[in-house]
Amino acid sequence: MPRSASRVRTHRAVTPWLFLLPGLAVVAVFSLYPVLSTFSKAFTDARTLTGGHWVGTANFRGLLHDEQFWVALRNSLLYVLLVVPFTVLLPLLLALLVQKQIPGVAFFRAAFYTPVVASVVVVSLIWVWMLDDRGLVNGILHVLGAGPVDFLGDSWLLLLSAMALTVWKGLGYYMIVYLAALGNVPRELHEAAAVDGAGPLRRFRSVTVPAVRPTMVLVGALSSVAAFKVFSEVYLVAGPTGGPAGQDTTLVMLVQRTGTGLNGRVGYASAISLVVFAVALLLMLLVLRADRTDRKEKY
Amino acid sequence: MSRTPGWEKALRYLLMLLVLAVTVGPFLWQLSTSLKSTTEDVYTSPPRLLPGHPTAHNYAEVADIIPVWDYALNSLKVAVASVLTNLAGASMAGYALARLRFRGRKAAGLAFVLALLVPLESIVIAQFTMMRDLDLANTLTAVVLPGAVGALNVLLMRNAFAALPREVEEAAVIDGANAWQRFVRIGLPSVRGTLAVVAIFAFMGAWDDFLWPLIVLTDSDKFTLTVGLNFLHGTFAQNPRLVAAGTVIAVAPLIVMFACLQRYFFRGVGEGAVKG
Repeated sequence: MPRSASRVRTHRAVTPWLFLLPGLAVVAVFSLYPVLSTFSKAFTDARTLTGGHWVGTANFRGLLHDEQFWVALRNSLLYVLLVVPFTVLLPLLLALLVQKQIPGVAFFRAAFYTPVVASVVVVSLIWVWMLDDRGLVNGILHVLGAGPVDFLGDSWLLLLSAMALTVWKGLGYYMIVYLAALGNVPRELHEAAAVDGAGPLRRFRSVTVPAVRPTMVLVGALSSVAAFKVFSEVYLVAGPTGGPAGQDTTLVMLVQRTGTGLNGRVGYASAISLVVFAVALLLMLLVLRADRTDRKEKY
Repeated sequence: MSRTPGWEKALRYLLMLLVLAVTVGPFLWQLSTSLKSTTEDVYTSPPRLLPGHPTAHNYAEVADIIPVWDYALNSLKVAVASVLTNLAGASMAGYALARLRFRGRKAAGLAFVLALLVPLESIVIAQFTMMRDLDLANTLTAVVLPGAVGALNVLLMRNAFAALPREVEEAAVIDGANAWQRFVRIGLPSVRGTLAVVAIFAFMGAWDDFLWPLIVLTDSDKFTLTVGLNFLHGTFAQNPRLVAAGTVIAVAPLIVMFACLQRYFFRGVGEGAVKG
């Protein structure tokens, strides 16, 4: 019957789009369209309540002379530089520690994941309390005979504390990523190396690292983008105004502070957002480019 | 499996206990602080790890100061809604991308990959102005919408469906099952591990999110737990017992949920989610 055949064909063409509709709509309306709107707003003087007029590159020229912007850019880049090496290495070591199937190891794996499960607000509040000048960390330092450290008073120590918090919170997450990768490393490689007389350190360098290299690159890419976009940890540890004299402000904190509120400078905040967007993509490309060896491992 | 030498096992357990102290210790310290009564000095040196006379008083008091249970309920609404929309939206889209043949499939897949690459932090202002224009600012709906179907979840589901053998479905096609029936009866039951992973990620993501609700919510009665706790932090930082009680209320449900689902979760992650 020709009629039913054509109906089947229409079905075939339409059905997939019905399946895709909810997902595509959400992604298009709330992720892709806002990118375009950020692009166009960045060249206007829009405020929260007014649409704004085209001002060309005025916002970007303004950024060049905005001291807060440079402080924020510095902090966000420092975050990447200091957080990423630890995020790439420590979780790998952790994964190696819990890789072996020994009794109780499942408990430890799940327990190490706890900081990932807890919200960033909760862990920040816990750490602020622990880093207080009379808090647990200084209590332990005192017992060890070291003087109290003013973690929450100095702008550099504040930033370093927030970075430590970020590394700590991410440990469990990246550990899982590494565990999956380690599961694919052939056992024979290790055995062969052991027979050749390679010690644990040597085997780590010549067997484990090359085998999980694609995963290390992936973790490096993910964590550098995440570190560059940092907001919550610093906002919560250093306070909404970014620590003493705003010296701990990060770029996304600047976006939030500039662009919201009744008189938010939406245009200017969009210009900063574009910088975040561009640098984040650049970081991703740089890290991925550093690894061209094995493309099959990724999607 | 080759036998592990005794000393190596001992070293492993020792190191694991050390990491346990570093990762879980802070939560226990917070729990301990939340149970200390107002008469107990929380600043002793050396630090006192266990409360002298445990009391639940701080939990009652934190609820007097901020409507912590209302905030928890708001968070729960947001998180449950996000789980449902993500499970439905991501599995349907993932199924279409992996299992159905149609023109534009590559373009549709690309849209999700592009969305995955967009740093959400760089579009919050645009999202906020959009919510204002839609008259949705300051509603829980606005909190849910941008993450209602996560691009990453769609791609996870696509990979899970793509890994299924073709033969099962071919039989169903011959039996005359349409795409929807194949999706519901054959597809979904085969990817339960990945569905669990998506559900957990969606719940955690919504329950823990801070920046977006902070931006889009203005009335304190709409606050989710994370935004409300931030307020507690600012106002009552002088009494760490209360802040501690608030954080325990926020984190306990998640830890319990995760403890119950972790088997499923680790299996799901190992199965196909990360391997791709």
